[in-house]
Amino acid sequence: MFVSFWNKLSINQKLAITAWLFLAVPIAFYVIIRFYPTFEAFYVSTLKWNLLGAKKYIGLRNYEKIFADEDFWLVLSNTFKYAGVGVPISLFLAFSIAYFLNEINRWHDFIRALYFIPFLTTAVAMAWVWKWFYQPMPIGYINYFLTSVGIPAQPFLKSVHQGLYAIMAPAVWAGLGFQVIIFIAGIRAIPRSYYEAAEIDGAGRWQILREITLPSLKPTVIFLTVVSTIGFLRIFDQVYSMTTNGSGGPLNTTKPLVLMIYEFAFDEFKLGRAAALTVILFVILLVISMFQLWLMRKKP
Amino acid sequence: MIDQASRIAYLEKIQPGKIIIWTLLFLGGVVMITPLAFMISTSFKTGTEVFNLGIIPENPTLKNYIFILNESKFLRWMLNSLWVATFSTVSVVFFDSLVGYTLAKFTFRGQTIVFVAILSTLMIPTEMLIIPWYMMSREFGWIDTYWGIAFPGLMTGFGTFLMRQFFMGLPDELIEAARIDGWSEFAIWSKIAMPLVVPALSALAIFHFLGNWTAFIWPLIVTNDPDLYTIPVGLASFNGEFETDWEIVMTASCLATLPTLLVFLLLQKFIIRGVMLAGLKG
Repeated sequence: MFVSFWNKLSINQKLAITAWLFLAVPIAFYVIIRFYPTFEAFYVSTLKWNLLGAKKYIGLRNYEKIFADEDFWLVLSNTFKYAGVGVPISLFLAFSIAYFLNEINRWHDFIRALYFIPFLTTAVAMAWVWKWFYQPMPIGYINYFLTSVGIPAQPFLKSVHQGLYAIMAPAVWAGLGFQVIIFIAGIRAIPRSYYEAAEIDGAGRWQILREITLPSLKPTVIFLTVVSTIGFLRIFDQVYSMTTNGSGGPLNTTKPLVLMIYEFAFDEFKLGRAAALTVILFVILLVISMFQLWLMRKKP
Repeated sequence: MIDQASRIAYLEKIQPGKIIIWTLLFLGGVVMITPLAFMISTSFKTGTEVFNLGIIPENPTLKNYIFILNESKFLRWMLNSLWVATFSTVSVVFFDSLVGYTLAKFTFRGQTIVFVAILSTLMIPTEMLIIPWYMMSREFGWIDTYWGIAFPGLMTGFGTFLMRQFFMGLPDELIEAARIDGWSEFAIWSKIAMPLVVPALSALAIFHFLGNWTAFIWPLIVTNDPDLYTIPVGLASFNGEFETDWEIVMTASCLATLPTLLVFLLLQKFIIRGVMLAGLKG
């Protein structure tokens, strides 16, 4: 029965059926593990629910509560601080390193490896190392170094002003190698003839950098800006591991959005509120992705 | 005299600017690996020697390693991480490339919808799915199981997109020739197309494995039983327990980091090329 049915089909029909067979399990996966949970997150964000009790529909009350919560605005501003300060610093450092690294030949691969290696580390493991570096005297290396050059010891993770930047540093450190490699790839993709033409025109080094290298790297810069902005807006591992009891302290000054989501969902079991926060995160990231698509749009 | 003149000419060719740049880059690179160097050195120090800030341990000892492997479940956590990451990577290599190939080399109605739908999952942040995944895991008893840790990452939109890009570059004639020879579609994919995209596949495999090895938030949520912890979750559980035993914590961090560093040293060229590949296509 099946064989005679199969034999009657045209080649294209057979190929289409094969394609859907290949896609059957993946489609099931994407529907169950990606799309359904996405809608469920929106749904849960309209509930008052503690995971065990009954679900109570409360409309947009969770969002109202979030926007009326002072802590939320502090957390949101922390989150944007991680991205707003972290992204420009990483991109500037990564570009400078890549630009000069591209010009040297001696031990090129070795030096590139030194910058790349931190990218392969586990954030939680490195959080311990950095936390140890930030300790007060006589354990902490950084304070040891500062005092030996005559600068007073700093509180770092214990300070409401420095804590956030002290946590940002290992995140910048770990991501730098990836950005350097992408920048080098971008620089190498610029056609040599551009440079030759500029040299014939007698352009100086600074002028070539400003008028050829940087404009040609626009797609690379947009790509890295968006990827690292999204990365910093989702920062969690470092904050959870470096602050006391993973609390985002002192006084919530280092707490990012994802840590707040984690606490609402899995410490306080306010799942509706946590889901509403994830929807807010989703909207923020969506706006950034759309902005990227708009910047990258091909001019007609 | 001639000797002197040629030496001067040689010295003039070495631009001082280049030497300064090289030195700065080199020093910057040394700064980059300083945290790792101190982590490794401290793992060989005794508890009292931690206060001695020198990089070379005075009385190098393996006591910390023996302590970690005996007194904590570290070995178990490493095996958990290894198993989950391997399982997930095999799944991603298989399914992402199968889907990527199907979307690149077949034509059928609904193709664009499937592609756009899968691509759109890249816009959904993991954090948004975590609560529903947790509800699902409680419902089906996936809490504290390997399946529970691994299931969200068995297929990825990024990998599918990457593989599709690479399969599109393969000539159609190759596939048609195999069809005429009577090959099955599955055999054409696995025996002809797959070997031609090995660089992309291995880049995908390396990054997915690394991502799973270092993944934190989902394993933290879906495991309560220390026997099921992955390395990052286990490391985080040291918070409080070994808080001030820095040499113990550094040893554990070393054990978590060294496997990926060793893999990198072995496959350096390959990995760097993979990053460039993924970055340019993605």
